[in-house]
Amino acid sequence: MSNSRQADAPAGPWRAPLLFGALAALFILEGSLSNAMFSGSWNSALAILNVGLISAITALGVNMTWGYGGLFNAGVVGFVALGGLAPVLVSTPPVAGAWAAGGPRLALALAAGLVTLILAVTAGRRLGQMARLWVPALILIAGYVVTRAIFDPAVAAIEANNPAKAGNIGGLGLPVLLSWPVGMGFAALAALGVGKVALGLRSDYLAIATLGIGEIIVTILKNEGWLARGVLNMTGIPRPVPYELGLQSDPDFVAAAARWGMDVATASGIYVKLCYLAIFVAILLTLILLSELALHSPWGRMMRAIRDNETAARAMGKDVTRCHLQLFVLGSAVIGLSGAMMVTMDGLMAPGGYNPLRHTFLIWVMVIVGGSGNNWGAVLGALLIWFLWIKAEVWGPALMGLVTLPLPEGALRSHLIESAPQMRFVAMGLVLLLVLRFAPRGLLPER
Amino acid sequence: MDMLNALVAILNFVVIPAAAYGAQLALGALGVTLIYGILRFSNFAHGDTMAFGTAICILLTWLLQSLGVGLGPLPTALLALPAAIAATAALVLLTDRWVYRYYRRVRAKPIVVVMASVGVMFVMNGLTRLVIGVGEIQFADGARFVISVADFKRWSGLAEGLSLRTTQAITLVIAAAAVWALFVFLNRTRAGKAMRAYADNEDLALLSGIDPDRVVRLTWIIATALGVLAGTLYGLDKSFKAFNYFQILLPVFAAAVVGGLGNPLGAIAGGFLIAFSEVALTYPWKKIAEYLGFEPAGLLQMLGTEYKLAISFVILIVVLLVRPTGLFRGKAY
Repeated sequence: MSNSRQADAPAGPWRAPLLFGALAALFILEGSLSNAMFSGSWNSALAILNVGLISAITALGVNMTWGYGGLFNAGVVGFVALGGLAPVLVSTPPVAGAWAAGGPRLALALAAGLVTLILAVTAGRRLGQMARLWVPALILIAGYVVTRAIFDPAVAAIEANNPAKAGNIGGLGLPVLLSWPVGMGFAALAALGVGKVALGLRSDYLAIATLGIGEIIVTILKNEGWLARGVLNMTGIPRPVPYELGLQSDPDFVAAAARWGMDVATASGIYVKLCYLAIFVAILLTLILLSELALHSPWGRMMRAIRDNETAARAMGKDVTRCHLQLFVLGSAVIGLSGAMMVTMDGLMAPGGYNPLRHTFLIWVMVIVGGSGNNWGAVLGALLIWFLWIKAEVWGPALMGLVTLPLPEGALRSHLIESAPQMRFVAMGLVLLLVLRFAPRGLLPER
Repeated sequence: MDMLNALVAILNFVVIPAAAYGAQLALGALGVTLIYGILRFSNFAHGDTMAFGTAICILLTWLLQSLGVGLGPLPTALLALPAAIAATAALVLLTDRWVYRYYRRVRAKPIVVVMASVGVMFVMNGLTRLVIGVGEIQFADGARFVISVADFKRWSGLAEGLSLRTTQAITLVIAAAAVWALFVFLNRTRAGKAMRAYADNEDLALLSGIDPDRVVRLTWIIATALGVLAGTLYGLDKSFKAFNYFQILLPVFAAAVVGGLGNPLGAIAGGFLIAFSEVALTYPWKKIAEYLGFEPAGLLQMLGTEYKLAISFVILIVVLLVRPTGLFRGKAY
């Protein structure tokens, strides 16, 4: 990277505040100005900001593994989706009769599957050269048959239980904020499994393995109706903040809205979004504080040493693979947290909505643009890219209309204007390529 | 007689579809493996390169159809293929010039190049959507079947029918021809030998006066040709949808890794291994068991068809655990 233009120019102390100020200006314009470019609605500005903050937390997780371990996680979407499963399983109300229909059998089947895996792994480790392949394979096949024999009837029973409204195992009815750490746990466990296999091999293998696990987790969520109703979607996930309708019927709030000179519907929307904003900002700052503390601890020094010179760190007796696994699990846990937050804010779990382009590769663009290895950079990149991604839907067709003005009215021009939203992908790809090439350290280079 | 029926059913539902799908995966994986062997990175844009080439091929097919040009019983898309390959290869060479060449020059870490290929993937994906949209497109024309179920039943007198679609037959023939041509090229021609030498030992190859730029160009062209071929055959066989080609990236990668990255023979073996596992594990064997005189309780289906993707992933993981460089001992940089 020595011949990049940025390497020589040190980032001044004013760089980050200036960039964040410009970003704030963008959001304020979106909220206050109503013209061809901005909506002029505070509700819209806050909605973009909240999703941007969640994306910032995802980007923080990605940044932990990439900035400090150089690990490429190509399956972010899967960890986001796993985190999103937690609010459904933890905080939705229990489904009457679901547990009785097949719960114990289901638990037994999952336990059988786990025992099979453990047996196969132990057999693979303990046996001699010849039996190392066949014995685990036989154990796996036998275990699979047994597991399926218990699992299938249990699932059928659960899915047959009130299929129009439920058909899933149901939640535990616990507070929704409790489900966020659970989402972290889910994602961390998945990361542990993938990392154990793929880390310590070549760097590309982790990318390919995570690509696979990401797709598979989303497939499982789409097809296993007993978990979270699959593509029928789960709605009505509880909230940690008041509901708009509740606010609108509250006389105190109505009076307050009148004092502010807003109509009640808008005011209630803004109030709810501000509540979320407070929660998200608190979590984001906590995460940044914790990771900064971790990086300045002896453990963080070791991580930096490994990143800067892996060979030397290995020679000093550091277990590089183990450190990378720690980073990967930690980062994935943070990604899982963001998934749980997303589902909570939407009040909806829709497995069909998890798309690798939006949930994996867009996050990568955020991290690279913001500045690899810099936490504030990840936040800046996430907010900026998310804002542009949302507004591109509006700006794209307008821009295309301008560009194609010289063209005669006809099929080609209308096709181009219609497909302008697809230009978002081209634009994001170009942004990623340009930043990687000309400013590989991003907007906020790491010190 | 029942034995025969069982055999025909296996052929019809497992062997023929898996062989066609395996050939498509093998062609795709060959491209990934060549790029890995020579340029030393996993190309995430390969799936979308396939999609882009197929989209161009579809546009040209429509053009030919509107001109009334066709191939009779064969799909018109075959006529459009060479031009589509040329157009896609031109675009890919541009990406090499604008994107990858710089990273080769500064000897960037492979993972940075992988990130760059993600950027190229985004652009390719957007271009594909731009030129052809996001809908599902059927573009196979000509005769649908080489052997149709009704004909086969009349001819054989069996209860079980066998069908061989034109697209499946074409896939097998073209894939075999392409693989043969590739191996002749790699083993017999000077350019092919130069490519192998460059893959084995870059410095030594440069010392021997091999022109690296030429090797890189050739690699991109061959990988793209194989990819567009695979993509078009896949689209003819099933249907074209811009997003499906991102989904095919995983089995293609898995095939290349299972065979050993950088090893062409391994890519072919991996492609067929993955395809046969996917089809065999998601096919309900109940009917065949009944022909053989068993009375199975269930459908005898190991996995639902929706988990096809998971199979390639599981095979990948198992191979990585047992033999990290793949079955055919691929390269490790």
